[in-house]
Amino acid sequence: MSAAHETGVTGVDVLGHSEQYLTFILGGEEYGVDILKVQGIQGFGKVTPLPHTPEFILGVINIRGAIVPIVDLRMQFKMESIPVGATTVIIVVKVSSEDKERTVGLVVDAVSEVHDVMDKDRKPTPDFGTAVNAKFINGLATIDDRMLILLDIDYLINAGVMEMVDNASNKLEDDHG
Amino acid sequence: MIDDDSFAEIRLIFIEEADEGLDIMESGLLDLLDGKGEMDLINDIFRAAHSIKGGSATFGYGHIAEFTHLMETLLDEMREESRVVTPQGVQLLLESVDCLRAMMTAIKEEGSVDQPQIDAVMAKLELMLAAKDDSSGAAPEAIAGLPASAPAPAPVQIAAGWNVKFHPSANIMLSGNDPGRIIRELGTLGSLKAIADVSRIPSLEAMEPEECYVSWELILEGEVAKEQVVEVFDWVEDESELEFIQIGGETESETSVQLAATEHEQSAPATTAVESPVAPVSKTPAIEETPAAVASPAPAAQVAAANAPVATASVTKAKPKAKPVKKKSPRADGGSIRVDTDKIDSLLDLVGELVITQSMLNQYSKVVLENSDASEARDLQDGLVQLENNARELQEVAMKMRMLPIKTTFARFPRLVHDLSLQLEKKIDLVIVGEHTELDKTVLEKIGDPLVHLVRNALDHGIEIPADRIAAGKSETGTLTLTASHEAGNILIVITDDGRGFRKDKILEKAISKGLVEEGENLSDEKINQLIFMPGFSTVEHVSDVSGRGVGMDVVKRNIQELGGRVEVHSETGVGSTFTIRLPLTLAILDGQLVNIADETFVIPLLSIIETVVIDKARINALVGDSFVYQLRGEYIPVIEVDKLFNSHLSDSEKSSSTQDMVGKLLVVVESAGKLTGLVVDDLLDQQQIVLKSLESNFTQLEGLSGATILGDGTVSLIIDIQGLVESSISKNSETIPNKIDVA
Repeated sequence: MSAAHETGVTGVDVLGHSEQYLTFILGGEEYGVDILKVQGIQGFGKVTPLPHTPEFILGVINIRGAIVPIVDLRMQFKMESIPVGATTVIIVVKVSSEDKERTVGLVVDAVSEVHDVMDKDRKPTPDFGTAVNAKFINGLATIDDRMLILLDIDYLINAGVMEMVDNASNKLEDDHG
Repeated sequence: MIDDDSFAEIRLIFIEEADEGLDIMESGLLDLLDGKGEMDLINDIFRAAHSIKGGSATFGYGHIAEFTHLMETLLDEMREESRVVTPQGVQLLLESVDCLRAMMTAIKEEGSVDQPQIDAVMAKLELMLAAKDDSSGAAPEAIAGLPASAPAPAPVQIAAGWNVKFHPSANIMLSGNDPGRIIRELGTLGSLKAIADVSRIPSLEAMEPEECYVSWELILEGEVAKEQVVEVFDWVEDESELEFIQIGGETESETSVQLAATEHEQSAPATTAVESPVAPVSKTPAIEETPAAVASPAPAAQVAAANAPVATASVTKAKPKAKPVKKKSPRADGGSIRVDTDKIDSLLDLVGELVITQSMLNQYSKVVLENSDASEARDLQDGLVQLENNARELQEVAMKMRMLPIKTTFARFPRLVHDLSLQLEKKIDLVIVGEHTELDKTVLEKIGDPLVHLVRNALDHGIEIPADRIAAGKSETGTLTLTASHEAGNILIVITDDGRGFRKDKILEKAISKGLVEEGENLSDEKINQLIFMPGFSTVEHVSDVSGRGVGMDVVKRNIQELGGRVEVHSETGVGSTFTIRLPLTLAILDGQLVNIADETFVIPLLSIIETVVIDKARINALVGDSFVYQLRGEYIPVIEVDKLFNSHLSDSEKSSSTQDMVGKLLVVVESAGKLTGLVVDDLLDQQQIVLKSLESNFTQLEGLSGATILGDGTVSLIIDIQGLVESSISKNSETIPNKIDVA
C-alpha cells in the first residue's frame, strides 16, 4: 500500500493519468476492478439459488433492500471451485449497460488492496485469439513486480453474465416449445 | 438576487402549477357543461386563468399572458353575469385550454406550437368578446343551473356591509403577501374599519420578524357584493382563515374597546392601540372590463355615513340569511408535495432494512434479557416492542406513498368523452365507478394509454349514433362505464359500453381476408372475440381519425401483458361489449404462504391457494412416464414438482421421480386461469405479508417467478408466479396432461 501510495503522489503530476483499482485474489492471481464501480464489500452469507440460470449465478442476496444477483467468478472463469473460506467475500459492483444500471455481487477468494495504476504501468492484453474470457480483461499492470489483471467489469457482466443468463432462459423456452 | 439556477427552478414550478391550473379549468368547464354551474365554479376557473396569466407575464411569456387575458376577460364577464354562459362559450374556453396546454408544453419541451391554431382560437375569443350584446339578440341557449339573465347590475348578495374575520397564517408574508395591502384594497370598496387583534404578539425576544402575529376584524360598510369582498382575498385565501359575515341594516351603538392597529403596524409589533377607519376611495375599483358589476362607492359612502360606526357586537345579530362563508380547502385532494419516486423507493428499501434489523435486535435481546435480572432489561424490552410497532407502521406508510388513486388516470376521460361525442355526433354518458381504488404509481402511469385506446374504441365502434340507437329500441344516449376495483390481489378495470357489440360475422370475415383464420374453421364465440387482439386487425369500414388504423388492440394487449396483467373481452351483438383488465398490484403488499421446497423457502401468493392436501399414495398417478396427476374429489389435476422444474442442473436420471417419492409430501392446490394445479412442497411455513421486489432491476425476469422478497431474517425468498409456472409446465409437457377426466 505504501509503495503504491508514494508513486501515486508524484505520479499524478509527473507521470500522467492514474486510476484506482480495488484488487482481489482469484485462483492465486490478482485482479483489479475500477474502484469507482465498487459499492461495497461484504461477507459471504446465505444465497438464495435461482432457477433457470447458469451455474455461475449462485443466486440472489439482499443488499440494503435490493435483490442482487451473485456471480461466482471462479465458475465464470471456468476455474476449479473451492469451498467458501474465511477470506471469501462478495464485492458489490454497480455496472452500467445500455439501458440501465445493475448492482451485482462477485464472489472472490479474498480482497487484497487498493492500487493506483498509472497509465504508463498499463500494458495491453496479449492476443489470446478467440479465448472468451480474455475479452473481459482491460489490460495488465505491474505493481511491485506482480501482475495485476484489470477487469472490464461492465463488459464482464453485460456480455459474460447477462447474455449467458438470457441464453439459458431462451434455451429453456426452446426446450419447452 | 435570484441566480439563473433558482430562476429556472421557479420557472419549473410555474409550469407545473400552470398544468394544475389547466386541469382545474378543464374539469371546471366540463362540470359547467354538465349543468353543475354555480358561481364558485366560474370563480375557480377564473382564478386558475388569472394565476396563469400572472405567472406567464412574470416569466416573460407575453404570448401566453395575452392569450390568457382574453379567456380571463370572457370568464370575468361570465362570473359578473354580464354574459350568459353558453355551451358554445364553454366549448371555446375548452379549446383555449388546449391551446394553452400546447403552449405550456412547448415551453417545457422547448418545442414549437401550432401558431395558426392558436391564432384561430384567439380570433374566436376576440369575436366572442366583441359580440358582447349578442347574448340578448341571438338568444343562445343558456346552461341550466346558471342565471340566464343578461347583464345584471344587482347580484344576489348586496349587503349593507360586511364583517370580515381575517386571520392570516403566521408565514403569510413569506409568500409575498402583505395583509396591509389587502386591507387597503378592501378599503377601496367602501368605508372600512380595521380592528386588529394583537393578543398573539409575543414578547420582543420571542418575535420572528417575518411572521405575522396579527389578525383583523374588518368592518366594511357599503353596498358591496360578496364576490367583490371575497375577491380581495383571492391571493391569501389558502393561507388564511377567513369568515365573511353580512351586516344587516340595524346596528348597535359603539361598544368596541378592542385594540386596533394602523396599517403600518400590521406586521410590526403593535404596542399602541390606534383606531383608524380607512376612508373610502372614490376610484372605481377592481375589474375595469366590467364597470357595471361594481357597485358605485357613492351609495356605499352614504350607508357608511348613516350607520357608522358599526359595532363588532352586531355580528351576532346579523340577518338570518347571512351565513359565514367557509374557507375553501386549497384543493379537493388535500395538500401535496412532489417527491421523486426514486426517493420513495429508496425510502421503502431503507424502511425494509430497518424492519429486518429491528427483528434481528429482537432475537438478540431475547437471549440477552433471559440471562439478565437488571431492572433496565424490562425497559429495554418495552422499548424494542415500541420500536417494532413503529417500524411496521412506518413501513406501511411508506408503502402507501407509492399508491395513488386511479382517479388521476380516469380524470382524462370526461374530456375525452366530451370531445369525441361532439366529433362523432353521439350522445354518451360517462359513468366512473371506484375512482378511489389505489394502485401502484408505475402501473397507473402505464395503464393510461391502453385505457384511452379502449375508451376511444368503445365510443367510435361500440356506441351507435342516436338514430341507430332509437331504431334499435335503446335510449338515445349511450352509456360508457369505467369501473375500478380490487379483486383477489388484483386491480380490476372494466370498460363497458351498451353499444352494438361485436359483429362476429364481420370479425370472422375480416380475419379470413387477412389470413389470420382458415376459411371454414369452426371458432367459438369467445375465440372470435379474441381475434380483435391479433396484430393488424381492424373491422371498421372507414378509417376515422378516432380509431381504426388497425394498430390498436394488439398493442393494448401487449401493454397490459407487459404490466403482468391480462385483458379479456366479452361482447354480445346489439347489447354491448365489456373489456376486463386484470392488473397485479406491483410493489403492493402481498399475502404470501411461505413453503419449504428442497430446503429453500418460496412464497406462494395466498390468494391463488385453494387448499393443501397430504399426498395420498392411492390418489397420485403417473401419466406417460414423467408427468403426474392427482385425483382430487373426482377430478384429475396436473401435478408440478417445483424443485425439479426449477433445478435445471439436474441430469435426466435425477429428474425422474416416482409416485413413491411424493407420498407424504404436501400438495398445494392452486388456481390459475380457472384451472386447478397441484404444487408439490415439503412443508408449509408461516403466512405473512411480503413486499414484492423485482428480480429485473438488477438481474432479469425468470420464468415461473414473479419476483422475490426479503424475509424477516434478511434472506431472500423467491415468489412463485403461479400462472407462469403452470404455463411453463404445460408447455414443457406439450399439453400431454388432460385437464379434466370424467371419473367413471
